[in-house]
Amino acid sequence: MSVIEVRELRKEFTVRVKVGRLRREKRTVDAVAGVDLRVERGEMLGYIGPNGAGKSTTLKMLTGVLTPTSGEVRVCGLRPVPERTRLALRVGVVFGQRSQLWWDLPLRESFDLLRHVYRVPAAEHAARLRRCRDLLDLDAFVDTPVRQLSLGQRMRGELTAALLHGPEVIFLDEPTIGLDVVSRQAVRGFLGELGRSGDTTLVLTTHDLADIERLCRRLVVIDHGRVVHDGSIAALHDRYGSRRLVVADLDTALPEPPELPGAPLLRVEADGHRLVFALESAGVAEVVAALAGLAALRDVSVVEPDIEDVVARLYAGKEGPLVNASGIAGAPS
Amino acid sequence: MGSVNATVAPPTESNVILSFRTFGAIVQSGFRRYATYRQAALAGAVTNIVFGFLRCYVLLDAAGAAGVAAGYDRAQIATFVWAGQGMLAVILLWGWTDLADRIRTGDVASDLLRPVHPVTSYLATDLGRAGWACVSRLLPSVLVGPIFFDVHLPARWSTVPLFVVSATVAVVLCFGCRFLVNATAYWLQDVRGPQLLWTLGSGVLAGLYFPLPFLPDGLFMALQLATPFPSLLQIPLDVLVERDPPGVQAGLVGVQVGWAVAILALCRLVQRRAERRLVVQGG
Repeated sequence: MSVIEVRELRKEFTVRVKVGRLRREKRTVDAVAGVDLRVERGEMLGYIGPNGAGKSTTLKMLTGVLTPTSGEVRVCGLRPVPERTRLALRVGVVFGQRSQLWWDLPLRESFDLLRHVYRVPAAEHAARLRRCRDLLDLDAFVDTPVRQLSLGQRMRGELTAALLHGPEVIFLDEPTIGLDVVSRQAVRGFLGELGRSGDTTLVLTTHDLADIERLCRRLVVIDHGRVVHDGSIAALHDRYGSRRLVVADLDTALPEPPELPGAPLLRVEADGHRLVFALESAGVAEVVAALAGLAALRDVSVVEPDIEDVVARLYAGKEGPLVNASGIAGAPS
Repeated sequence: MGSVNATVAPPTESNVILSFRTFGAIVQSGFRRYATYRQAALAGAVTNIVFGFLRCYVLLDAAGAAGVAAGYDRAQIATFVWAGQGMLAVILLWGWTDLADRIRTGDVASDLLRPVHPVTSYLATDLGRAGWACVSRLLPSVLVGPIFFDVHLPARWSTVPLFVVSATVAVVLCFGCRFLVNATAYWLQDVRGPQLLWTLGSGVLAGLYFPLPFLPDGLFMALQLATPFPSLLQIPLDVLVERDPPGVQAGLVGVQVGWAVAILALCRLVQRRAERRLVVQGG
């Protein structure tokens, strides 16, 4: 049985819009408009979308905080809204923009209180806390009141708080938002470690696509409340025609642009000293070997497709070949 | 990561014992949370004492040469005022907007993600807060008052335990009322209106500004039985100053308990309704 099963999930909000001087009109906004999703145990799922797409609303419905307008939801076999308190024992949630810790208490006391709230046996709690303290380097600030922690420290505390009861599923809503590079790496490393163990299912919502690339094998993209992509990151690249590039710097420019089978030439730069090829059916070695036979090579580099460009294109609703942000064409334009 | 994500073993002890332990742990954490603000507690205690002098002199003046006002003698008035000044912070009649603030910012989502009902969790925290207020606010008032005024000391053995029960029920009831005022934020976002109404109404009707027996008897009785306000302050203080015979006092505490149960039930009902139409603010 899947850990998360969602069928035709909808959430409508009613807003009042000013019409004329005094009149206000009720309008219905579809925050989530028919999402279907199935997540298996141990999966690491990236759930992304532009602002207002319905990501956080979906997460709140999956955790029982919001009541869906319609649709079926099961998380760990439970219905999130009517069985919210039972579900809370089996899931962990981190909202990057909110805190589940007690502002006035030191982290250590917050953790101890959570042990009682979640009714975790003392030995299990101690073992998990010890592990989190090691992996997230909490010792330096575990006795500091939460209100005095930096954002990075607080987030490490939040992650620990979400894990101390041994949840089967962890929902992370923008866990790296606002973090510096070091804290972000610490959080990613920790989540990666967690995911590799295979016991815990992880649903990650973020605007930082580097989080997704490093942590998630499966990506679900939501826009205007609907799923617009559900598959691997590679499948997303395929769909948008984004390909790996080979950039070759030559000692001397070739008189004619070369034609290599399975690797069309995209651009000629630096007065013919730099050639950019897109890899289609050909491999890197074939392209390099072919080029070496035509001219003296000074340097060769392989450029991976940039997921940010693919996703930006997806958000903009444009299908088809892609030119990435670095100015190097991902496909003939 | 083995030890981090092991699934929770089913509890071996009974759920009732575990529920009490959880409740007790939240009460303790409430005490510790509020005990961190010691300077604020000191400032509050000084303010209570200053206003204690003002109120005491005004009410003693009302008693005049006869030495009795609305059935209270001078010593009872002094006890009513000084214990009332301390009780004001213990029941926390005013100034609690934690829930409303969390609804406005959307942080209430974190409360809903815990395996404890929000009303239970907030109540336990409030009992811890009240415990700290007993030490930091009630004690200074009841120690300072007798230095400057003749006070009424309980003559019956049953008065002190009945007062403890009555004061505890008043804390629970006042929490319930504040919860309801704060919960209007689920519908209104901004609770300044209900909060202002509560502040104005509760001060007068709970017996803070003047003992309610100063009102006509019929009105006093109607307020005492038909509204929860006198149960917040007037009844516990009347129990302490032994205004009525023991049987009547026990009956009044019974009225308090009735109101506390009704208001807590209403809190749960309102919370359930609110969760159904909840719009969590922010992302």
